[in-house]
Amino acid sequence: MIEENKENINPESKTTNRRNLLKYGFLTAGLTVAGIGLKKVFSEGNDPGETVKVLTPDGKVYETCSTQLKEYRPGPVTNAEARKGIPNKKFVMVIDLAKCDGCKKCTEACQAMHYTEPDREWIKVFKMHEAEATAPFYFPKPCFHCDNPPCTKVCPVNATFKREDGIVLIDNERCIGCRMCMAACPYSTRFFNWSAPDEKQTAQLGNAAYSPEQSVPRKIGTVEKCDFCPDMIRQGKMPACVSGCPMNVIYFGDQNEDAVTNASGVTVKLSQLLEDNAGYRHLEELGTEPRVYYLPPKNRKYPTPNVNAPGGRENKKPTELNMGDMHM
Amino acid sequence: MANQKYNLKEEIEQVREDCLRPTRKWGRSTQIWIGSLLMVMAWGLYCYIHQLRNGLGVTAMRNYVSWGLYISTFVFFIGISHSGTLVSAILRITKQEWRRPITRSAELLTFVSLLFGGIMPIIDLGRPDRIANLVIFGRVQSPLLWDVISILTYFTGSTVFLFLPMIPDMALCRDRLKVCETKFDKFRKWLYTKMALGWQGTKTQWHRLELTMTIMTIVIIPVAVSVHTVVSYIFAMTLRPGWNSTVFGPYFVAGALYSGSAGVILGMVAFRKLYSLEKYITPRHFDLMGRIVLALTMIYAYLNLNEYWIPAYKMATAEGHLLNDLFSGSYSIAFWTCQFGTVLIPIIVLAIPAGRKLIPITITCIIIVLGAWVKRYLIVVPTLLHPFMPIQEVPGSWSTYFPNYVEFSVTAACLAGIFLVITLFAKMFPMMAVWEVEEGIQIEYDKQAAIELREQRETEEAKNILGNAGTANEPIIQQA
Repeated sequence: MIEENKENINPESKTTNRRNLLKYGFLTAGLTVAGIGLKKVFSEGNDPGETVKVLTPDGKVYETCSTQLKEYRPGPVTNAEARKGIPNKKFVMVIDLAKCDGCKKCTEACQAMHYTEPDREWIKVFKMHEAEATAPFYFPKPCFHCDNPPCTKVCPVNATFKREDGIVLIDNERCIGCRMCMAACPYSTRFFNWSAPDEKQTAQLGNAAYSPEQSVPRKIGTVEKCDFCPDMIRQGKMPACVSGCPMNVIYFGDQNEDAVTNASGVTVKLSQLLEDNAGYRHLEELGTEPRVYYLPPKNRKYPTPNVNAPGGRENKKPTELNMGDMHM
Repeated sequence: MANQKYNLKEEIEQVREDCLRPTRKWGRSTQIWIGSLLMVMAWGLYCYIHQLRNGLGVTAMRNYVSWGLYISTFVFFIGISHSGTLVSAILRITKQEWRRPITRSAELLTFVSLLFGGIMPIIDLGRPDRIANLVIFGRVQSPLLWDVISILTYFTGSTVFLFLPMIPDMALCRDRLKVCETKFDKFRKWLYTKMALGWQGTKTQWHRLELTMTIMTIVIIPVAVSVHTVVSYIFAMTLRPGWNSTVFGPYFVAGALYSGSAGVILGMVAFRKLYSLEKYITPRHFDLMGRIVLALTMIYAYLNLNEYWIPAYKMATAEGHLLNDLFSGSYSIAFWTCQFGTVLIPIIVLAIPAGRKLIPITITCIIIVLGAWVKRYLIVVPTLLHPFMPIQEVPGSWSTYFPNYVEFSVTAACLAGIFLVITLFAKMFPMMAVWEVEEGIQIEYDKQAAIELREQRETEEAKNILGNAGTANEPIIQQA
């Protein structure tokens, strides 16, 4: 149509030009009417679409045809939103060491969620053995999302930051890869993208938009770590490790609400849980104020970890694995 | 008297000749030396491009040892850069006459080691393409930004400090280079003219130069101290065992002065030999510099004692594991070699007068410089291998570290870069501050002249006394 018109814009044939335009114009109009008619005929056999009432995010109610509705998939939030955090929340995690049997399902769930290579355990299950006479136990360790975070303090470019909701995130589009935060973190929580992310992962993610809340797609030469799955939280879901734990070890919730929930959906009062079980924080004396609490490993119902088993520290003899390296 | 003045002129002429001679010759050995340095640098550049393309994964660094040879070398080079400040500024401010022939080489060493020291952390960056973020999003709260600020300040300051006393020498070079046949000579003439900044040696110009030098001398000392202090803060501001230490600032400054002053002696040895400056850099210079290195090594040894003995007495859990590894574990050989071989033995050698002679002092200084480098590595790496959380079930490459060929090649290229800049500088510009040496000779002659004058007067007066015996007592007393 446009092509035709272009051809007809010619000073030599002004009269034909107008006539043609009218002719084609009518033709198009006719076709459009016919098209609408045909569409009506064919769609009659299918669902005609009920009229439903919907509530928009700004609180207005609309009536619309159900065929017009799409499932809402939140895209990545903007960088400014990712830096601010979810308003009026203070996320907190409680890990019940009495229940952890070291199955590492939390790690697996986390790795699946974040397309992580097997050697990068954002939540890692340690076998702890503090002294010869004390009992060994399993110790899952995510990022502690400290309230006095040593990592964000030292970042020269504000690529890693503390949000209002307590979460510490990394902006991989700003990180310069100096690894000062890795040196500063006393819990060895941070991982560096030493090489380009592997091809399988790149293929899975395609050209997905990046947001600090998703931590993927990975970027070479930048730092990554456990992010408390803020993208899941925004969808009203639990972080991957929490819902992935078959033993209901990990509780997650909002400190402002004083409530935490585990994988089975059991919600308990945070303050009561910590009070009843003598909850504590790991390496409290460092003053980093972690947002992750632990419940002591008492009355365990599973075999204690064998800390002398080979495969601990690969380059060392199994006998060297105990005490020396098992400090807390 | 007239005869002596003639000698003075002749001697100054000799100084000028000795200082400017090396800038005229580009011998075969120089060409080979520069060629091999360029080859090392080219290979290092190739390795760095490899690293840029494939990420820092091509190095031996992994998640536990996330800083390795690059950062250790950064600390070492910055340490060496303290040489210039020490020799030049401190000896200037204390009016040590013997400093004159060695200030230029010390200042040059500062300038070059800072230049390449500053490059090291950029090489270590995962995303050097985002370096502008340091300016766009820079956080003053980060120790890394303190480093950027203080190193840039020190670099600017030491460049000025190197350049200022070069101005009269540049004018000398400009005036002496009369025949400009080759293109290179024409370039040199142009360069000297530009760098002399229109120096004519007038009274006002001398006055201004002296004033600026005095200000720079005073300013550069606190800047130098601040640089190595904040370099130590990259480590000391963390909670890590072994780094979490309040003595780290002075410990690093002492270590820097100890390695830097040894570096100056090595520079003295090299230039003395290569440019036949035996007349100017004398055994006395080595003796005096040896005493300075001795004093600094003793301060460094004292700080080492504080750094290791205090935690070793207490053996707190996490720190204890690190110290066990250093004292009797996988790093014990390197650790004790550093403590005894490069700190205690130099103290003994330099304390003996015979140890401050040319050959023993050269060997001692080589040991000190290498020992300082290894010590930096021992500060950075073992701590990273002893985190609070145990290292468990990780790939074998994560729980050990030794630099691989990429890191060694890139570091070697930076070292070659240091040598290259020094060589080119020495071939273009006089390696001794000509006017400063001249000034020294002038002062020496004035002293001599004053002594002779006094002797002459005394003999005359003695004659007078003999002539008017008994009556001329009073004038003599008045004179005294």
